[in-house]
Amino acid sequence: MVILRTEELTYQYSIGTPFEKTAVDHVNLEIEEGTFVGVIGSTGSGKSTLMQHFNGLLKPTSGHIYIKDKDIWSDKNNLRDLRFQVGLVFQYPEYQLFEETVYRDIAFGPLNMGLTENEVRERVYEAAAFVKLTEEQLEKSPFSLSGGQKRRAAIAGVMAMCPSVLILDEPTAGLDPMGREEILAEIKNYHKKTGCTVMLVSHSMEDVSRYADKLLVMNKGKMFCYDDTKEVFKRAEELQKMGLAVPEVTRICIELKNRGIPLDDSIYTVDEAVKQILEFYKSKNGGEVLC
Amino acid sequence: MLKDITIGQYFPGNSFLHRLDPRFKIVMTLMYIVMLFMGNEIYSLIFGMVYCATAFFLSKLPIKLFGKNIKPLLPILLMTAILDIIFIREGTVYFQLGIFKLTEDGVFTAVRMIVRIIFLIIGSSLLTYTTSPIQLTDAIERLLSPLKKLHFPVHSFAMMMTIALRFIPTLMDETDKIIAAQKARGAGFDSPKLKDKAKALVPVLIPLFVSSFRRAEELATAMECRCYRGDVGRTKMKIMKAGMNDIISFIFTLIMLCAAITVVVLF
Repeated sequence: MVILRTEELTYQYSIGTPFEKTAVDHVNLEIEEGTFVGVIGSTGSGKSTLMQHFNGLLKPTSGHIYIKDKDIWSDKNNLRDLRFQVGLVFQYPEYQLFEETVYRDIAFGPLNMGLTENEVRERVYEAAAFVKLTEEQLEKSPFSLSGGQKRRAAIAGVMAMCPSVLILDEPTAGLDPMGREEILAEIKNYHKKTGCTVMLVSHSMEDVSRYADKLLVMNKGKMFCYDDTKEVFKRAEELQKMGLAVPEVTRICIELKNRGIPLDDSIYTVDEAVKQILEFYKSKNGGEVLC
Repeated sequence: MLKDITIGQYFPGNSFLHRLDPRFKIVMTLMYIVMLFMGNEIYSLIFGMVYCATAFFLSKLPIKLFGKNIKPLLPILLMTAILDIIFIREGTVYFQLGIFKLTEDGVFTAVRMIVRIIFLIIGSSLLTYTTSPIQLTDAIERLLSPLKKLHFPVHSFAMMMTIALRFIPTLMDETDKIIAAQKARGAGFDSPKLKDKAKALVPVLIPLFVSSFRRAEELATAMECRCYRGDVGRTKMKIMKAGMNDIISFIFTLIMLCAAITVVVLF
């Protein structure tokens, strides 16, 4: 089932002033339920702006957005319900924490949904478990947590609303490599367990390529392509021209291919590269691998 | 929603008005305001209006901008006009209904007030539209520098203003972001109930305060790292120098002001 669809979606900033700019330009998109979508594009490519349309925070200048086949702007009174269906985690979400305890901050969304005390508690513990926050941490002030823990608490605050679509805008920005790995793995785990649709915005191809089923590439406000991860990396050279760094292993494989080693067009994991290179040497040495 | 506020904003450009020395611009704006508030007859407004129109023409800014500025003030304008019309009871009576009198003086005062306020806004916005905040505070520092002799901390005052102005857009952006983030978690900004709206402010104000303190601390550290110690022995990168255009504009303003005074005194 298609959960999210856009039709000629266009958004312009500051119309009529010298700062006028088209941030999103005629985007047509269809996303199947349960997909893990990676959204990539260089800075200013319109990816964050596009994401803010999906839960009705921004109103398109022209075009339509359909969630579960319903035009979200057809009835303004439903916007609040829509925000519970499409959860959006902003960039640097730790700056929106405000409650006295982490528990109460995570409970903010579910409470706004009008759930009962018990349901809220269940949701908070469930979300906290996804991001690996301990019960002890839940009773602390969010301002006393470390940077990575704050980020997790903020992500849990959106997860606790159990949205059908979870959008994360650069959830790993500014974290160390270990923190990045952990958060991405937690998100992947959440996707697997709940089966909801996840959209992960990032400008790091490396992060996205390992987790996403499909990639949405934005360039200068336009949709460059939306396809399976493997297919997208076949166009690695075009991506590089747009200023996107393709994974190192892809770059190496392209270079090897140019020098005469017959590898696949779209290798983006180290495992895949190792497998193919070994196969090549096997066939070359008559089935024997020396090392 | 906060993006709609355009008062005090700067619109980059390279028009005649943009290039004028900001010190002259401030003084000329003050002269213009005097011009606008001289005399009590309708014709005494003409000088201010002509002056404002000339300046607007020289700024090459779209007229739409000013409409946006005046729109939020319409209720206030209407209120003043209505109060003037009701409470001024002198002059020829046009129309009477019970104790309500519509008089010539009332109508004139109302029109005069509206025209004055509108032109006041347009004129002073022209100053901020064509002068960057940095230039503006720099000019204020220079204009106030005689006060240094009285041990008034002109430089600190200007620096505080620069920092405050510099952080308005940053904090506005931040507020927008926090509002969006809390809306995404279902905060009740869209609720028609006043109680819900007031409650919804807490999740915005707390993160905003926290980040303001964080920014203040970061900025203080950064300034200290660069050995900032006030204006003692500090030189300027851009030294303001009055040019031919500044002098011509100033003389033009002076002539307009004198003409306005003469007309008001003679008639």
